[in-house]
Amino acid sequence: MTMPGSAGWEPTAAQAIIDQLKSKPGALLPILHAIQDRFSYIPEEAVALIAPALKLTRAEVHGVISFYHHFRTHQPGRHVVEICRAEACQAQGVRALEAHAKATLGVDYHQTTADRTVTLEPVYCLGNCACGPSVRVGDEIHAHVDAQAFDALVESLKTERVEVQ
Amino acid sequence: MGYRVHVPSDTTAKALGADRLARAIEALAEEMGDDLEIRRNGTRALYWLEPLVEVDTPEGRYGFGPVKESDLESLFAAEFWKGKVDHPLALGLVEEIPYLKRQERLTFARAGVTDPLSLEDYRAHDGFKGLENALALNPQVIVDMVKESGLRGRGGAAFPTGIKWQTVLNAPADQKYIVCNADEGDSGTFADRLVMECDPFMLIEGMTIAGLAVGATQGYIYLRSEYPLANTNLNAAIETAYANNLLGEDILGSGQRFDLEVRVGAGAYICGEETSLLESLEGKRGLVRAKPPLPAIVGLFGQPTVVNNVLSLAAVPFILDKGAKAYADCGMGRSRGTLPFQLAGNVKQGGLVELAFGPSLRELMFEFGGGTRNGRPLRAVQVGGPLGAYLPESQWDTQLDYEEFAKVGAVLGHGGVVMFDDRVDMGEQARFSMEFCVAESCGKCTPCRIGSTRGVEVIDRIRAGENVEGNLELLSDLCETMVDGSLCAMGGMTPFPVQSAMKHFGEDFTNTSTKDSTSALEEV
Repeated sequence: MTMPGSAGWEPTAAQAIIDQLKSKPGALLPILHAIQDRFSYIPEEAVALIAPALKLTRAEVHGVISFYHHFRTHQPGRHVVEICRAEACQAQGVRALEAHAKATLGVDYHQTTADRTVTLEPVYCLGNCACGPSVRVGDEIHAHVDAQAFDALVESLKTERVEVQ
Repeated sequence: MGYRVHVPSDTTAKALGADRLARAIEALAEEMGDDLEIRRNGTRALYWLEPLVEVDTPEGRYGFGPVKESDLESLFAAEFWKGKVDHPLALGLVEEIPYLKRQERLTFARAGVTDPLSLEDYRAHDGFKGLENALALNPQVIVDMVKESGLRGRGGAAFPTGIKWQTVLNAPADQKYIVCNADEGDSGTFADRLVMECDPFMLIEGMTIAGLAVGATQGYIYLRSEYPLANTNLNAAIETAYANNLLGEDILGSGQRFDLEVRVGAGAYICGEETSLLESLEGKRGLVRAKPPLPAIVGLFGQPTVVNNVLSLAAVPFILDKGAKAYADCGMGRSRGTLPFQLAGNVKQGGLVELAFGPSLRELMFEFGGGTRNGRPLRAVQVGGPLGAYLPESQWDTQLDYEEFAKVGAVLGHGGVVMFDDRVDMGEQARFSMEFCVAESCGKCTPCRIGSTRGVEVIDRIRAGENVEGNLELLSDLCETMVDGSLCAMGGMTPFPVQSAMKHFGEDFTNTSTKDSTSALEEV
């Protein structure tokens, strides 16, 4: 999920995703995942396409999107950096890491850095509990992340070549 | 004839650099002209030794760990692939490492041994024997075997699995479902993840047997979105299973059908509660349902549904292969079989410890865990996830058993053990429990939705030294209201860590000025 979705909004692609998945039982979550994986967030325009396809109101679709922490309705930065806030990471010093991350990035949770490189999110457990503090970027998990390792990680994200879609 | 080298591939091993290491070994072997075959196993989950590189020898597998890329030169110089060589990272025979040798790995027998996605490996290690047996049995006999094994739900509630299956078997319906709860959200737990990443065929086999037992033809694995590798491995294993008639309309030529699909959650802890999970699978907000009706009667899409944790379903192939008695012979009292404990947090030797019920928490934390990672005194231990109590030293001799833990007001839950050293501020931990509930409550019932918010506020006032005695009493009342009045375990158990912190670590609530946990924990 390293943001393939810097792609702009494409209604025909979204409609194709919806048409492919809408007949599954309980199709809404699979559709929302597929939309977010493609566009990196769930644009308002997508809700307008999903609702009639599933015979739901737009309010119902909104209700589901807003219930789940994973779904977002605004374009994130190029990388979403998730810090595990849960107890096992607390026991290994994540509170200090959180403070450091917020201070160095100049953002709070759910915010994006001014250069649009990083969106910072909290996460409750990545299952890497014996080797915390844990940080997830895309589908990669990082172990034993202290302030120094965090800075190096962010630096690598900043200098990473932007893929041309 | 070349040598075979195993490099682990689970999330934690990868997080510790196993992928880079595997590539580096391959490159170096090529450069040196050494004939090495690199295979990717799952993990033994002896995490302080990861990446733990193993090599095949006629006497068994020799291990080296934790291996960094900078160690490779000396490992190659020592010709590590021969196994029994002299090197500072040499661990000897892996299965002789006491941490592993002292375990009873029934469910995790294959973890770290096999290539997770190799059907051949799985079959060579007793895979699908349970399913083959089940195909020859009538459903009631399968259910009876699970009952006799004494298996209780490993998700935390410890309800007898066989009785749940019986209810679904008895419910008449055209369509029934098997739902695997893989929303392993408890901090300090990773056993479900290990099953799915390291031995996914075992879960497929267990779910298929469950389908045969109760007459369900469709299964869903509800997997949390925080586990991307588990998603990849499960889907790859399911595809292989379909291609080999282990799933689909004619399982192993029996004419019996079972279909299986992975559905990914979306970051809601509450969806680990079974009725919330079912709502989510139906494509809705994960609001908890009132019970009754039980999901076994009115479950997914209104049909009779078995909802079982990953570990419960993963235990089933063993039971059907080796027999109910072989499983029930382990354990104590009403807790039969094994529980895969997970040592996490500030622990020297973190990892998975599968044990028959019975040893004490202290043995687990010190004889296996080796105490804290930074060597400081251990002060508090949270067992059973964010809804589990914090145990002070006076309770560490409690035996690892569902009933023994209940007696001291604690829970075993999903077997997660999170250790904290003496710098932990228990007032802060109690506040976090309430804060977590604010973030994760589904919002359906008032005690949970409002109670948790009020809980954070009251704890803040206590920590600020504001009318401490009065506010502590208010917090006690609030906890009682949440325990008694909440619809499900989220609101009903959030007070457990809070109450235990107040009871056993009361000084942290009344004397907050001397603690500065943020700076103290930096040294960990």
